[in-house]
Amino acid sequence: MSTLLELSGIRKSFGENLVLNDISLRFPQGSATVIIGASGSGKSTLMRCINLLEELSDGQILLEGSDISAYGINLDSVRGKIGSVFQAFNLFPHLTVLENITLAPRLVQKKSKDDATVHALSLLKRFGLEDKADAYPNLLSGGQQQRVAILRAIATGPKVLLLDEVTSALDPVLIAEVLALIAELKSDGITMIISTHEMGFAKKIADSVVFLSGGVVCESGTPQQIFDNPQSPELRNFLGALHDAGRL
Amino acid sequence: MTYTPSTLQLQREDAKRRASRRSTAIALLSTLIFGALLTVIVVNAQGFNAVRESFFNWHYAQKAFPRIFDGILLNLRVLFIAEFFVLIFGLAIAVARTTTSPVLYPLRLVATIYTDIFRGMPLLLVLFLVGLGIPGLRLSYVPNSAVFLGTVALVLTYSAYVAEVIRAGIEGVNPTQRQAARALGLSHSQTLQHVVLPQAFRNVTPPLLNDLVSLQKDSGLISVLGAVDAIRAAGIETAQSFNFTPYVVAGGLFVLLTIPLTRYTDWLIRRQDRAQKAQGVF
Repeated sequence: MSTLLELSGIRKSFGENLVLNDISLRFPQGSATVIIGASGSGKSTLMRCINLLEELSDGQILLEGSDISAYGINLDSVRGKIGSVFQAFNLFPHLTVLENITLAPRLVQKKSKDDATVHALSLLKRFGLEDKADAYPNLLSGGQQQRVAILRAIATGPKVLLLDEVTSALDPVLIAEVLALIAELKSDGITMIISTHEMGFAKKIADSVVFLSGGVVCESGTPQQIFDNPQSPELRNFLGALHDAGRL
Repeated sequence: MTYTPSTLQLQREDAKRRASRRSTAIALLSTLIFGALLTVIVVNAQGFNAVRESFFNWHYAQKAFPRIFDGILLNLRVLFIAEFFVLIFGLAIAVARTTTSPVLYPLRLVATIYTDIFRGMPLLLVLFLVGLGIPGLRLSYVPNSAVFLGTVALVLTYSAYVAEVIRAGIEGVNPTQRQAARALGLSHSQTLQHVVLPQAFRNVTPPLLNDLVSLQKDSGLISVLGAVDAIRAAGIETAQSFNFTPYVVAGGLFVLLTIPLTRYTDWLIRRQDRAQKAQGVF
């Protein structure tokens, strides 16, 4: 598999506070990478660096070989290639589900309203949400809202999909709905970077798992290596804590 | 462990610096061109000399200044007293309008009618009604001074504006905050005082200051009642010379008066923007 996205030597500090320290990772085309780590380990900051919501303090991000972290690059055109979904859904409350999904295709990609609508409806139909097309977000359950948010992110056909703790605000039943959708997208071959606390899901879907601790990549490998044969004391502690909390 | 930036990062920072220098240069150049253009247009206008003579005459400006300065001191006094009462009444009306108890319905009704009337009525009309109407009633216990009645009119009108701003702030506080406070056992008024109002005021500080800036300049309108404030003083000077420079002097003083507050408002808004960005709203 060829490399789609590559991080080399990423460093990010907020003033004196060094959050990411020399992170280098490769994300092959079509792969699902799960990023795990305790709160404050830098997971979310890493995600925000990748879609350029944060300015790097050092290092380089290459998407299909071109440097998207160069100064003066057109951020909007890069973000069009990177779909992002957040923990808090962030659907636009004043737009219907259909309008939420068709907004970016129409405004950014200049698709006609009809084309965008046909595509959005086919996505909604595929994931069993077609009856919600004209509903406003506040009438949907959290799981439905998050699924719509994911569909909104993929409606523009991004090359990479970033999912930042997308199930953290949901109960187990709703989590299952969302994870099923993500699993199906993976089978479509969308390259995904997922930060999550759902270890069972991580095991199932991940091609590789990255464990962040204290702003560095502490350990990375296949799910079997990470979960069944952890090497570093940090990872053992983390997995032990999850185990004690009944999350593993 | 010491950290040395990579060549790449140094190049990026260099590019950033260069871009920043370039934007400064462009801003400077554009300002110069714009200023030059404006000057040429104004100076070459046919009536330029006549206008300069009757609006920007240094001799009359100097002559009128002491009297106008005395006037602006009156404006300042009116302003501070009016601001004080406007904030108190505005807050009271806003709180009255956000009550929910059925017993207080008449209070809500009165507060609503009050804001409806005074927000809609031109300030000049209120000034005439209060300043000329109340003396007409011949109530022996109400002072007839133009300054007093003018201040009352300003307070009446601006309390309505400020009440609406504060009410928007109160309603903008997330309802879950109120619920959380009530769940802790705080009473309605404790919730209002310790939880809702502090957040409400923080959210509406910029629009509130905007209203106060506006009150500052409208304090000049009490001159229509005969109070000798800066505007009135300028009028008296103009009547003697038929030169309008004194009005320009008074206007300049009003602008000088409002600039500190407007800059402070801008600064506050910027600080709030930054605080929100730091919370991850991009």
